[in-house]
Amino acid sequence: MDGRGRDEELTAIAEFDSVGLRYGTGAEVLRDLDFRLANGGFYFLTGPSGAGKTSLLKLLYLAQRPTRGRIRLFGEELSEAPRESLPPFRRRIGVVFQDFRLVRHLSAFDNIALPLRVAGATDEEVEGPVREMLAWVGLADRASARPPTLSGGEQQRVAIARAVINRPDLLVADEPTGNVDAEMAKRLLHLFTALNRLGTTVVVATHDVGLISATAGAEMIRLDNGGLADPTGMLRNPPPRLG
Amino acid sequence: MLGWLFASSADRRLLGTDRFRGPTPWVIAIMSFSIMLIAATGLALASTASALNRGIETRYVLQVPNGGQNLGALIAMLKSTPDVSSIEAVPESEMRLTLGQWLGPAADSADLPVPALVNFDARQGTDLGAIQKRAQAIAPGAQVSAHRDRVAPLLRSMHTLQWVAFGLVILLSGAAAAAVVLAARGALDTHRFTIEVMHGIGATDLQLTHLFQRKIALDALAGSLGGAAAGALVLLLLASGASFVGELTGGAALSAVDLLVLLSLPFLLTALATWVARMAVLAALRETL
Repeated sequence: MDGRGRDEELTAIAEFDSVGLRYGTGAEVLRDLDFRLANGGFYFLTGPSGAGKTSLLKLLYLAQRPTRGRIRLFGEELSEAPRESLPPFRRRIGVVFQDFRLVRHLSAFDNIALPLRVAGATDEEVEGPVREMLAWVGLADRASARPPTLSGGEQQRVAIARAVINRPDLLVADEPTGNVDAEMAKRLLHLFTALNRLGTTVVVATHDVGLISATAGAEMIRLDNGGLADPTGMLRNPPPRLG
Repeated sequence: MLGWLFASSADRRLLGTDRFRGPTPWVIAIMSFSIMLIAATGLALASTASALNRGIETRYVLQVPNGGQNLGALIAMLKSTPDVSSIEAVPESEMRLTLGQWLGPAADSADLPVPALVNFDARQGTDLGAIQKRAQAIAPGAQVSAHRDRVAPLLRSMHTLQWVAFGLVILLSGAAAAAVVLAARGALDTHRFTIEVMHGIGATDLQLTHLFQRKIALDALAGSLGGAAAGALVLLLLASGASFVGELTGGAALSAVDLLVLLSLPFLLTALATWVARMAVLAALRETL
């Protein structure tokens, strides 16, 4: 399996077919998920706390396998793919975690550079893009700062820069504006839509109604109690009742 | 093949830059020190046993219980025997000197019947029975015996000790490997978060393994070189004793090949530690998604 195969034929970047997920022997946290994410689409994932948004994102960024059903990503069936075949697909996915997941002993620069280095870029190749990204998220003067010395908002921006530095095909963000001010939230949304225009499929889990309503053309997936709230199809954005 | 050993500074930073903080280098140093001494002992024993064996392989002694009245005739008989060479009679004074260690001044008594001994070399296949018969015709009671028969128990003990030394080297290497497995698991636990992040952004098991492998290889190299250096120092201090053994057996206690083997031990130990670390890390990573 090749992480970059069959791109041209793709219309859906992700397809969920009767997907269910349970942790251990507990109840299913996700059940009967049937939906597809179009290549190049922009999606908001909403729902109350505990609805299963983070679990669904974990399935999307290949941190978790479904306990039933099938998931196709980038045109490949990956639900039961051997683990050795997953890294090339993961490199095509950028993830912004709710808790940032920055490596504490690495500088902001090194954290942002990680995806490029994992993909085999040399120090020289990494320098320019990382500096550019640092400047873009307003942290040019904090390049050598380590995460514990950064504020929550700054850490969030480093996490976002790390997620988008290698222009992923799929960007998954879990509450990306939870720790940033309104101005930065606007800039982040602008970055996400810019990436989306360049072809990146964006999936953002958020409670931020303002973010949803400010994104023209985005679609919404609403989860409730582990299932799709609108099983007949995805709601269009902006949903009038949420606005 | 050894590209992983030359990681970039960015890769090195991934696991932090703390060096020699954990017990691994020290444990390996102790193992290396012990292995060095035990291996040197084993090799010296092997070398000594081999030299001893070489020296007595074809060496025989003709023993005449009641003195050397017919010593000249016996020596002449031996000289006339084909395939017999290096005939040496042990002087009576030397015999008395040896006996003096047990008998004291009584060893010098003219009444003491001092046996006569004649050492000689005989090629393999020489009819020693015929030599003994001819000797008995000259001096009744004369006996021919092989040196190796007398030294055989000693040689057997030396061989046993060699195997014991070899076994100890293997056991200590195993203990060092076990210490490395524990160290690798500890390192994985310490860096679990970094591993998760790296896996999440598409790092392969091999990329992650190389980071740990390199760190443990450097710790193991430092530890085993340090331990081996300390071991070498002790061996140098014992060198005078070793040279005495060498003189005793007619050769050096440790040959150049032995020294090369000893020199390679810390590197072999490092290679073992690196391989074990690699296997341990890969096995642990396979348990994750």
